[in-house]
Amino acid sequence: MFSTFMLHAWIVATMVAIVAGAVGFFVVARRAAFAAHALPLGAFPGAAAAALLGVNELLGLAVFCALGVVAISQLQRGERSEVASALWLALSLAVGTLLLSLSGAYAQSLYGLLFGAVLGISAAQLLGVAALSALALGLVALFARPLLLESLSGELAAAALGGPSRLELIFLGILALSTTMAVPVVGALLVFSLMVGPASAARAFTDQPWRSLGASIVLALGTVWAALALSYLTDWPVGFFVGALSAVCYVAGRIRGAGVVAQAA
Amino acid sequence: MNGAAPALAVEGLCVALGGRQVLRNVSFELEAGEFCALIGSNGSGKTTLLRAILGFIPIDSGRIGLDGDAPGAAGRIGYVPQKIALDPSLPLRARDVVALGLDGARLGPPLPSKRRTAQVEQMLQAVGAAGFADQRVGLLSGGQQQRVLVAHALVRRPRLLLLDEPLANLDVRSTAEIVALLRRLSREYGAAVLLSAHDMNPLLPAMDRIVYLANGSAVAGRADEVVRTEVLSSLYGYHVDVVRVHGRVVVVAAEARDEIRDAVARDPVHTAPVP
Repeated sequence: MFSTFMLHAWIVATMVAIVAGAVGFFVVARRAAFAAHALPLGAFPGAAAAALLGVNELLGLAVFCALGVVAISQLQRGERSEVASALWLALSLAVGTLLLSLSGAYAQSLYGLLFGAVLGISAAQLLGVAALSALALGLVALFARPLLLESLSGELAAAALGGPSRLELIFLGILALSTTMAVPVVGALLVFSLMVGPASAARAFTDQPWRSLGASIVLALGTVWAALALSYLTDWPVGFFVGALSAVCYVAGRIRGAGVVAQAA
Repeated sequence: MNGAAPALAVEGLCVALGGRQVLRNVSFELEAGEFCALIGSNGSGKTTLLRAILGFIPIDSGRIGLDGDAPGAAGRIGYVPQKIALDPSLPLRARDVVALGLDGARLGPPLPSKRRTAQVEQMLQAVGAAGFADQRVGLLSGGQQQRVLVAHALVRRPRLLLLDEPLANLDVRSTAEIVALLRRLSREYGAAVLLSAHDMNPLLPAMDRIVYLANGSAVAGRADEVVRTEVLSSLYGYHVDVVRVHGRVVVVAAEARDEIRDAVARDPVHTAPVP
C-alpha cells in the first residue's frame, strides 16, 4: 500500500485534500458551490485543446480556468451568479465536445480528466501540484478575513474596504488555481465533491469559523486517505470512494446540524 | 464644537441613478455625538444618500466631507446595512462578527490576539450582547442580530455611524431598546449617528436632528423646526398637514388627488385622508 507507485498517490492526494478543504470552506460559506462545479468541469475542454495542440495539459486547464473566471465574473454583473456559472458551463462543454472530436483523444484520457488519475502521478507532476498548492493556500491565508466578511455580507465588506471590491474575482481566481491543480489528479467531477462535501459537513461541528475551516481540511484529508486505502484493498476506483465518502461527510453534517438547530430553537 | 470639523458635512449633493435624479441639492451637517434621523417614504432617496456617503456610488455634484475627508475612506464609517440576512448555516458566532468589524478588511492569517479579544469583549458588553456572544449569529433574534451588527460597526470607533432602516422588522420593545442603545452609544463614543427610517415616531424622543427627504430633496434641522406644516408642504410641493394625535406625529396629505392618495396608501408614514 506504500510502494513508490502508491507513495506519489498518497502525497498528491494529501495536498489536493488540504487545498480542497480550505478553499471548500469559502465555497460553501459564499454559496458558490455551482461555480465550484462549473469552473473545473468548464476547464476540461482546456485539456482537450492542449491534446489537440500538443502542449502541456496543465497549461490548457489553466487557460480555460482563467477564461472561466473572466466569463463568470463578467456575466455576474447584472445577472444572477448561478446563471453566469451555468452559461459558462454550457458554453465550455460545447467547445469541449468539439475539441474532443477534432483531437480524436482516447476515451481513456477523457475518463482520466473527469474522474482523475491519482495512481499515475509522476515526480515532475508532484512538484507542479506542490507549487500550485502552496500558492492557493497562501492566497487563502492572505484573504481569509476579507473573504469571510464578504460571506457574511457583501455590503459590510464594501463598507470595511471603502467601496466595491475585487474580492469575487480574487475568490474565483483561487478557485481556478485549485482546480487547475486538482483536475488532473482527482478529476473535474471529483474535485467538486471534495470541495463541497467535507466543507459543508464541517459547518455543523463547530460555530467558530477558523475551526470550521480546520475541520473542513481534516474531513477532506480523511476522505481521500480512506478512499485511497479502500481503493487499494478493493481494487475499485479511487473516484468512487472520494465521491461516496464526501457524500457521507455531508449527510453526517446534516444530521448533526439538524441537532444543533433543534437545540438552539 | 470648539470649531472642529463636523463629523459629516453634505453640501449641495446631487445624485442621478440610471438617468433618474434621485437626490437634488441635499445639504446638512452632523456634529460628533449627534443622533440624527433620516426620514422619508420608500423611494425618497434615503438608501441612495447613505450609499453616496459610504462611497458606494458616484455623486454628480456637491460635496460629502467626513472629518474633512472624501467619502469612501476605508473603515472610517460604521455601517449597518438594510435587511441583512445572516445565514444560519454559516459557522460564525456573534463575537466573530464583531471581530470582523475590527479587522475584517485586514490581509493575512487571523492570528489570535489578546488585545483584539478584549476589544471585542468590551464592545459586546457595550451593546448588551455579552449574553449571546458565543451563539451562532444566524440563529439569533432580529433584535439580537441588530445589536451584534451595531457592535460590528462601532468596534473601530468610527466618528460616523450609518444605519439603513435598522428598525424595520423589529417589534415595539426591541425598537425602543435599539433606539435607546444607539442614542447612548453616540454620546459615549462621540460618534455621529445617521439612521434612516420611514416612521419618525420611535425616534422623536431620541433625535437631536432630523433630515427629512421627499422626492430627492431634503430639509434638515431640529425636529421642531422641520416637522411643521409649512416646511413639509414646501418640501413635498403640495399641502400636507402635520398632525399630532395620541402623542404621535402624522403627516397627512390634504389634497385627495388620486396619485397622492395612491402613494399615501402604499406608505405607512402617512395617513390617507378619508374623502
